[in-house]
Amino acid sequence: MLRRSLTAACALLLLGPGPALANRVFVTNEKGNDVTVLDSETLEVIGTYPVGARPRGITISPDGSELYVCVSDEDTVKVYDPESMEELHRLPSGPDPELFVLHPSGNPLYIANEDDNLVTVVDTETHQLLAEIPVGVEPEGMGVSPDGKVVVNTSETTNMAHFIDTDTHQIVANVLVDQRPRFAEFTADGTKLYVSAEIGGTVSVIDPATKEITDTIRFEIPGVLPEAIQPVGVRATKDGSTVFVALGPANRVAVVDGVTDEVVDYLLVGQRVWQMGFTPDESLLFTTNGNSNDVSVIDVARREVVKSIQVGEQPWGVVVAPDKQ
Amino acid sequence: MTEAVPRATPAPATRTGLPRGAWAIAFQGIAAREALRFLRQRGRFLAALVRPLVWLFIFAAGFRSVLGLSITPPYQTYVLYEVYVVPGLVAMIQLFNGMQSSLSMVYDRETGAMRTLLVSPLPRWFLLFSKLMAGVLVSILQAYAFLAIAWFWDVRPPALGYLAVLPALIFAGLMLGALGLLLSSAIRQLENFAGVMNFVIFPMFFASTALYPLWRMRESSVLLHDICAANPFTHAVELIRFALYLQVNWLSLGVVLGCLALFFGGAVLMYDPGRGLWPRRKGGR
Repeated sequence: MLRRSLTAACALLLLGPGPALANRVFVTNEKGNDVTVLDSETLEVIGTYPVGARPRGITISPDGSELYVCVSDEDTVKVYDPESMEELHRLPSGPDPELFVLHPSGNPLYIANEDDNLVTVVDTETHQLLAEIPVGVEPEGMGVSPDGKVVVNTSETTNMAHFIDTDTHQIVANVLVDQRPRFAEFTADGTKLYVSAEIGGTVSVIDPATKEITDTIRFEIPGVLPEAIQPVGVRATKDGSTVFVALGPANRVAVVDGVTDEVVDYLLVGQRVWQMGFTPDESLLFTTNGNSNDVSVIDVARREVVKSIQVGEQPWGVVVAPDKQ
Repeated sequence: MTEAVPRATPAPATRTGLPRGAWAIAFQGIAAREALRFLRQRGRFLAALVRPLVWLFIFAAGFRSVLGLSITPPYQTYVLYEVYVVPGLVAMIQLFNGMQSSLSMVYDRETGAMRTLLVSPLPRWFLLFSKLMAGVLVSILQAYAFLAIAWFWDVRPPALGYLAVLPALIFAGLMLGALGLLLSSAIRQLENFAGVMNFVIFPMFFASTALYPLWRMRESSVLLHDICAANPFTHAVELIRFALYLQVNWLSLGVVLGCLALFFGGAVLMYDPGRGLWPRRKGGR
């Protein structure tokens, strides 16, 4: 019995961990008005599908059955079947939806309406509008705590991170951060919140319990002008050990130690890197590069850019489908 | 005292009438001479390293973002300028080494060491090839030393690339060394070597893909692009670049091997007293 187990173990070791599951990667092309679908294993383009005027934020339901796209200039959120890319229905998003976040349960959807200074809450099952929450000027970044109790919205002009109670739909706290906050990302254990500031050139580390800024991450890249360093998208690994920050026109993704909040490396990607998305196993991170019209693929373990893939015009948002259940 | 020093029994003769192993002994002799020269001239080794390192540390640092947008094979994504320039600098080491060998051939001819070499009963092409190969081995040592330093400068091709680049270094080194040999047959005095620097090394190096990719050349001038595309040194650079990233550039391999045959054939012809141009010219002086 022991010998058989050992043989099996050896065979497993020899064969390696086995091929990673192929997941679909969805990229919105802001200027191309379409979504490019990639294969996460072959890193090839599967297809490009028109979705409407100026698609930006994109996310997918936890079970992978519905793909949500903010179609900003059509003032709506369109919902697609991720397999066939057929439009299923639309959600009442309010005007100019830019970014949104799904409750961890998959319902509801919290949408930032850039032009109306609102966060719109929509039920993804009944397609009904549940609430409209007034926030600061030019709301954009949306983050949700892992327990789903708090949604954080960042307002670009007010320079604030607004903490919204998901039960009462009321703002419970405001934290002043650096200029033009763009994105909010909680760690998986909910102990930290990262808020990027595009013009400020920083990422604020906030303790969600005390609503205090505990640290500010700054960036410095030799040979790159400080004003070109504009942090936008932020993604943290589930174990919280590594945080990736997209630095916009600096064409770099910063690798930050999630424990010390110190920058450990800068990875060269395409031009104007904007948003990012992990594969479910967190082996790869995809970045959208708006000016070079491509998506760079980062090997997370090796902290290395392995490939850049041409997609549509001005890629903006990216999401990777969950593993099939 | 009368006891004779034991002499090695003559090895059985081969079809060419030479003892078996004579070829190996000749190669060993020539290679050992080059190795000795290399060991005794440590300054030369350092100088060969300093040149590309200055380019890497100083020149490349100022041009970090010069490549702009296009991703060209063998790269799969964006690379910093120092990553781009390293294969070109490896080829530069080999180019200078080839020219250095050419210089030493002229020197050997002036001092008479060449006569000793060429009176060997072995075929001339083999003697020249041995000389060439010995020079290439030295250049490969220098190239690997440079790649090792570049690794610490964050220029890190895939680990297997360091192995895959070896055949590329041999072919590129042979081609550039053969060019040196061919040139050395045409240079009669050491003083003329400066001309080689100005008319061969610099144009070859600058009009190649060592510093900028071909698409960048085309942006400024189509003629310059065509010159660069036809430059054998470009193909030496690309052969090394692709091999470092575990790919084969078949066009460059073909051009490098073709040029090697051409340059080496030309050198053998020029060094043949019966047919070469050099003795006739000398005789006609």
